[in-house]
Amino acid sequence: MNAAELIQSVTSRYADRVRSSHDYRGDATIVLQHEALVEVAQFLKEDPALQMNFLMDLTAVDYSTFGKAAKPAFFTSSGVTLKPSSEIPDADPWPGPPGSERYAVVYHFYSMSHKHRLRLVVPVDESVDDLDTLTGLWVGANWLEREVWDMFGITFRGHPDLKRILMYDGFEGHPLRKDYPVNKRQPLIGPQN
Amino acid sequence: MMNESSFLTTRLNDAIGWARKYSIFQYPFVTACCGMEYMATACSHYDVDRFGAGLPRFSPRQADVLFVVGTISHKMAPALKRIYDQMADPKWVVAFGVCTCTGGFYDNYATVMGIDTILPVDVYIPGCPPRPEFVLDGLMKLQDKIQDEHRTGKRPAPELRPDTLEV
Amino acid sequence: MMLNIGPAHPAMHGIIRVVAKLDGEQIEEAETEIGYLHRGFEKMSETVDYNGVMPYTDRLNYVSPIINNMGYCMAVEKLIGISVPERCHYVRVVMSEISRLTDHLTCIGATAMELGAFTVFLYMIKAREYLWELVEKVTGARLTVSYCRVGGVKADLPDDFLEPCQEAFKETRKVIEEAHGLLTRNRIFVDRMEGTGIISAEDAIAYGITGPFLRGSGPDFDVRKDCPYAVYDQIDFDVPVGTTGDNMDRYLVRMEEMEQSMRIVETALRDMPPGPVQVNPETGRPISASEMVDLAKVGDIEAISGGCAVTGPTLEGSGRAHHASIATEEKRAILPPKEDTYGNIEGLMRQFKLVMFGHGLRPPAGEAYHPVEGANGELGFYAISDGSGQPYRVRVRPPCFAIMSALPELLVGGSIADMTPTFGSVNMIGGELDR
Repeated sequence: MNAAELIQSVTSRYADRVRSSHDYRGDATIVLQHEALVEVAQFLKEDPALQMNFLMDLTAVDYSTFGKAAKPAFFTSSGVTLKPSSEIPDADPWPGPPGSERYAVVYHFYSMSHKHRLRLVVPVDESVDDLDTLTGLWVGANWLEREVWDMFGITFRGHPDLKRILMYDGFEGHPLRKDYPVNKRQPLIGPQN
Repeated sequence: MMNESSFLTTRLNDAIGWARKYSIFQYPFVTACCGMEYMATACSHYDVDRFGAGLPRFSPRQADVLFVVGTISHKMAPALKRIYDQMADPKWVVAFGVCTCTGGFYDNYATVMGIDTILPVDVYIPGCPPRPEFVLDGLMKLQDKIQDEHRTGKRPAPELRPDTLEV
Repeated sequence: MMLNIGPAHPAMHGIIRVVAKLDGEQIEEAETEIGYLHRGFEKMSETVDYNGVMPYTDRLNYVSPIINNMGYCMAVEKLIGISVPERCHYVRVVMSEISRLTDHLTCIGATAMELGAFTVFLYMIKAREYLWELVEKVTGARLTVSYCRVGGVKADLPDDFLEPCQEAFKETRKVIEEAHGLLTRNRIFVDRMEGTGIISAEDAIAYGITGPFLRGSGPDFDVRKDCPYAVYDQIDFDVPVGTTGDNMDRYLVRMEEMEQSMRIVETALRDMPPGPVQVNPETGRPISASEMVDLAKVGDIEAISGGCAVTGPTLEGSGRAHHASIATEEKRAILPPKEDTYGNIEGLMRQFKLVMFGHGLRPPAGEAYHPVEGANGELGFYAISDGSGQPYRVRVRPPCFAIMSALPELLVGGSIADMTPTFGSVNMIGGELDR
């Protein structure tokens, strides 16, 4: 199935749960409400036309500083604008971040028999415990969700053992969040620099 | 009297230094990419066995030199310190690779910016990863240092960086 | 009895902790703890620009660095929407397969060493040295090469690449044959590897395992064949699969994959489109580029008029003649050849636009996921750009993360001694697992 057909097969069934969809650069992407996650994932896995038997990747993105990169002061204070822009133009632009929520949890699926891929984007807010775990459908989701919890602080309802995986137990904070400074160290031993 | 310039004791110190420097039992604490260059140095092309340092001992109680090879993260640091503490005197530490010397380009929340904040280091071998010839050069400098300790009979105590906390 | 194995343990694979609950020698329960080499790749990549991420990608799977470089570059090129010339694809494929060779050599060598076959390790590292010398000829470095650039590669293959490559492959084939003779029918090796670490295909897919680990259990999923990228669809090669999913099958799959990698490289070198093209005939007397810059700085225009810049040996393979075949046409993505940077004002402006603070490679806002076949499985890079010069998010989908999550299941039921060959065939690379 190509990207458009994949999107069609999901949106035709779950039209009220799908917020938007696109196929930027050929990657079929569907932005989904968080309530429908497990249902749609199960449909993706079991439907014979889709048969997405691989959960390739599960990650999250913090969209809180999207587009707000600090402009270099060297140019802004002098009033000189960067012309012509060195940004590479895009004939078919990306729709932008999936929603107004801070995070988006991104799932990549692959079907070994049909050789097609799909990306599910589920926007979530940090304060609500919204997402269900996918460990019932794919065992590999266990560690992937632990990593998302460790790096972003997003919890998954029903996860058997949600604890730190890459950082150590005494670590406070979630490093990949945009408000965690890159070199704020919390050493266990040694100098506190 | 025993430490000053008596002919027999200086010859004895030299002999002990010679014996120690040519029979290095290393503990290769290998974590990351530098491990690949460590393997290359230890194997047939750039053989480290001809320097007498060819036998890795995988128990700290049996090793002399702790080669810290590769990035040390804050999660790993207590284990490293424990291994160092378990080694018996005389012991030396070699910081292999720039991640162990200063932290390399991983200036972030996870990396120890130089193992000399937690261990006293004798020889630094920078490089990312260092070429095997460079490693052998560092090893020879370590051997000179080992020899010198016994020539003078005094060991200059390697120190932690001044701003480190005592653990 | 609870036995804590690691994090500092003799296997030269990396640092990992396994807490095993034992009943005599049988492992009843096992739990793995990772993260001892977490170096913050994803966070660091948000602080540098797109080409600055390249050294960080080298150190992900550090035994096959060019595959990581290529995966990242292809993901960013997909994000930008540019394509590279065909010869560049071929060069990337050649270097990737050489990297895959070094990975499998290291994996099998280390596994054999831990089972006691130290000689095999020495032979494999010897072969790896020949390959690293070959890589050094092309890229300048043995291990952490940073060879690919977004939009191309650093430099073309040197003119005399074919001969040393054939020599290196001859040595590698000899070593593989010796290893086969020493290991494949060796009673001790076979007894330890056969029947241990078995995983079924359904379980492997449920964990998300790909690569030689999955192929040892039966399914022939290979990203190079199923989702072809670069020029893999034009090169003929086979994908070995196993049957039972035990350590022995995975060892045999890897040995055969090495032979297939060499086959791919030889095919690619034969089919590669020709390289350097004289775009403009070089007129004027040659002046070394650095000398030209110095003379221009002091204002000595007469001395440099009529001269053409000639770059030094470290920039061999990246000059104007090669540039059309190794770099994309998109001027806003890749640096100009140095003769243009030093020789004319357009080249200098193009260089500045990419290098100076405030400018730089700025893809349009978007997201892209591109998988490549790493030595351990599907290595995917997911890049998000917000239109600025630094990546907004770079995620690497590590192949051995999935395999390590299945490790407790592989270990339970076996004995402690079975942990060694199983862990060896997992080929856990700490840089990739913990990033």
